[in-house]
Amino acid sequence: MQSQTKVVAPDDRQEIIINRDFELPVELLFKAYEQASILEQWMGTKVLKLENKRHGGWEFETTDPLGNKHIFHGTIHEFVKGNRFVRTFEMENTDFPAQLEFFEFQSVTPQTSRLEMRMIFRSIEDRDRMLQLPFAKGINMAHNTLETIMLNNI
Amino acid sequence: MEVRRDVFQAIADPTRRAILAMVAVKAMTPGAIALEFDSSRQTISKHIQVLSECDLLRKEVIGREIVYHLEGQKLKEIADFIEPFRGMWDKRFDKLESLMKSLQQNKQA
Repeated sequence: MQSQTKVVAPDDRQEIIINRDFELPVELLFKAYEQASILEQWMGTKVLKLENKRHGGWEFETTDPLGNKHIFHGTIHEFVKGNRFVRTFEMENTDFPAQLEFFEFQSVTPQTSRLEMRMIFRSIEDRDRMLQLPFAKGINMAHNTLETIMLNNI
Repeated sequence: MEVRRDVFQAIADPTRRAILAMVAVKAMTPGAIALEFDSSRQTISKHIQVLSECDLLRKEVIGREIVYHLEGQKLKEIADFIEPFRGMWDKRFDKLESLMKSLQQNKQA
């Protein structure tokens, strides 16, 4: 698959922009975010709550390789099916402030689509702290471990 | 970790970014760098000092002159810093794509 994920973290703005092209119709791409049972599979997380509507809430639970559970949650501010949603993102039991996240889904051709995620942080320092390795690595490890567990159980 | 944060602060400043862009093209003396800016030589010299302390510039003494080179390795480390995060999303999205493709095929079958 040659399509790659692009991540831009401008050094003078407190945001991260993630772009990715998919060989999927936009409806299917959106569905991967909308349906809890599908989201659980590719995010490697347990969906405790997912209310896809204005003023709805969401809550995910991820287990790391050591068996520790991490809760992520937030509020959905806007939800336009097949098009976009806006939510807040917060990690429980950490000193990271809430983030604001914009997800925009675009149809490129009938069979391809594009996703842009824009994460806005409280400050540049908070953004850089989040980007600093252990967190991303830890989540990635958890993800890989779950992947292995799932594959072994099939 | 502390050092790394300093590097980000160093490159957050537009004047310092301009200095990096200039020495990336060719090594320059502090005097030649200062000539490119309206700020005082002293201000520019302070910026050069910050960049040197973060290992973004390398000093070379040629005869009686000092020239500054760009330290490419350090900039590469900054790019590498985003890579684990990007890699995490790339893997997730690969998985999303293959999962949805198989769902799509199952439906068509």
